[in-house]
Amino acid sequence: MMARAIEARGERRWALGILLALVALAFLPLAAPRDDVLNFVFLIMLSITLAQSWNIVAGYAGQVNLGHAAFFGLGALLARALWIKGVPIVLAMVAGAVLATAFALVIGAPAFRLRGAYFAIGTLALGEILRTTVNNVLPEISTLPAATIAGYRLTHRYYLALALAGASVVAVAALAGSRAGLGMQAIREDEEAAEASGVGALRLKLTALALSTALAGFAGGLFAYYHISYYPSHPFGPHWTFDALLMTFIGGVGTLQGPVLGAVLYVVLKEYLAVRWVDFHLLIFGALFIAIVLLLPGGLVQAQHAIIRTLQRRRPR
Amino acid sequence: MSVLAQQILLGLLIGGLYGLAAAGLSLVFGVMKVLDVAHGELIMLGGYAAFFAVAVLGLDPFGSLALVIPASLLFGAVLYLGLFAFVVRADEETRVKNSLLIGFGLALAFHALAVRLWTADERSIVTPYGGSVFMVGDLAIPLVRLLSLILAFLLIGGLHLLLARWRWGKAIRATAEDWQAALLTGIDVRRAYLLAFALGTALAGAAGTLVSIAYSVSPAIGLEWTLKALIVVVLAGLGSMLGTFVGGLVLGVAEAASAAAFGGAYREIVGLVIFVLVLVARPKGLFGR
Repeated sequence: MMARAIEARGERRWALGILLALVALAFLPLAAPRDDVLNFVFLIMLSITLAQSWNIVAGYAGQVNLGHAAFFGLGALLARALWIKGVPIVLAMVAGAVLATAFALVIGAPAFRLRGAYFAIGTLALGEILRTTVNNVLPEISTLPAATIAGYRLTHRYYLALALAGASVVAVAALAGSRAGLGMQAIREDEEAAEASGVGALRLKLTALALSTALAGFAGGLFAYYHISYYPSHPFGPHWTFDALLMTFIGGVGTLQGPVLGAVLYVVLKEYLAVRWVDFHLLIFGALFIAIVLLLPGGLVQAQHAIIRTLQRRRPR
Repeated sequence: MSVLAQQILLGLLIGGLYGLAAAGLSLVFGVMKVLDVAHGELIMLGGYAAFFAVAVLGLDPFGSLALVIPASLLFGAVLYLGLFAFVVRADEETRVKNSLLIGFGLALAFHALAVRLWTADERSIVTPYGGSVFMVGDLAIPLVRLLSLILAFLLIGGLHLLLARWRWGKAIRATAEDWQAALLTGIDVRRAYLLAFALGTALAGAAGTLVSIAYSVSPAIGLEWTLKALIVVVLAGLGSMLGTFVGGLVLGVAEAASAAAFGGAYREIVGLVIFVLVLVARPKGLFGR
């Protein structure tokens, strides 16, 4: 209980620190109005949102969803269509998130009949079904109308991304200490034991999935708002799920700050390596990921705790 | 009518490779309860090994199996000793989950490595008898694909005999059934795991060889083949290698039939839909026997 309280306090401090950093970044377009800098921070923010959304269902509720890209894709699909038709982008993004969540609730109950790794491969197959279908139905590339391209403002996308990343951190911070969040973590540790002590496992897993997919849907809408042209099936690609998984695990799965740290490290290293070697980052992150699963299941957050503990032990009392 | 029959025939021919691809996964999962989602990447690596054995060493395409299979056995043993040996120490649920994650990391790393070493281009082994087709009535049968099917069947049959007759084959089956009981009767379970994983990797290498001869190989084919193998394992269940082969044929035919009914673009979906439905209908009995 004690450890839990300390951890909760640590989480609140992290949430506050991250939000302050985001507020500071809001001044970046004034301080450094350079497109490359803003694009870079935008990518980090999109990644934080995506990783954090995956973290809710996989990190807190323990359900490794390998079909996460489907919800990102659905959000992108609807938001893009509505926005191009003239609906304000924020409303279009809300609609996209609603669609993603609705789909999650439809498939949720049957999907949660599967446990552990079976849930993972089942959702992986589901994501691939959606991707192939969208690819077949909408094979044409989606490009913005010329008038919209002429009026394209990067800063709008930037601020939206900051707000969304902030919202994802607030959502996880609120969830982590809440009754529902604790119930989810109980399910993650031992579903039978959680049920036996009165936790409604299915309802909470569905809640986690709904929250997670709503955020993923919003992130998809942001992607649709940001990119000038892309194939509609692109946001459904499995690599979006894999990116979210890597960032979350490297940072620390099931923690508030982990996905944020993971996303920053991932995007920075990816962009840095991409200058010389395209896609080489996946070799490094693949290997790093294996090492983390085997040796350091808590990711960077666990490493940080271990270092702090060692330092405290050294300190004379 | 003959168009449909032709498509079904081609479905059968590729179905044999689905069966072979699934056999290794099925063996590893059945024996070790390790779900190696990098299985498709192992197939991809096998395909490249065969490609270079033919292109650089000048081996006969099908003859390259004599090199690829032992190399894959060795590679599998190294992978087991270096990685999966640590995974099998955990209890069963953690084992499945961790092996899934590790397989996933491996898949990413192998894919990136393959792109780095061999570019993202598609390659295919050109055989001297490359385009030969012979006709049976109205049906055109491509020679290399027929040979691939026959070889896939022989390999699976060979594995079946190995597991049925060989001393260590029996040890592997005993371990699959109940590793604790196997341990009590004096079977070296760790070695059975090592053998099963090496054999599974060898099967993936063989499948990759046939894939790059009869079809083509590129760094990106991994996920697709992992999914095919998973679908077949779900269809066929564990425990019977010949059943896995039949499951592969069924998937091949189902794909061909759905391509004929809904158009070629949907051939990938039918297997996945079957997979999800079977999974949801039998969430626990799935990998049971």
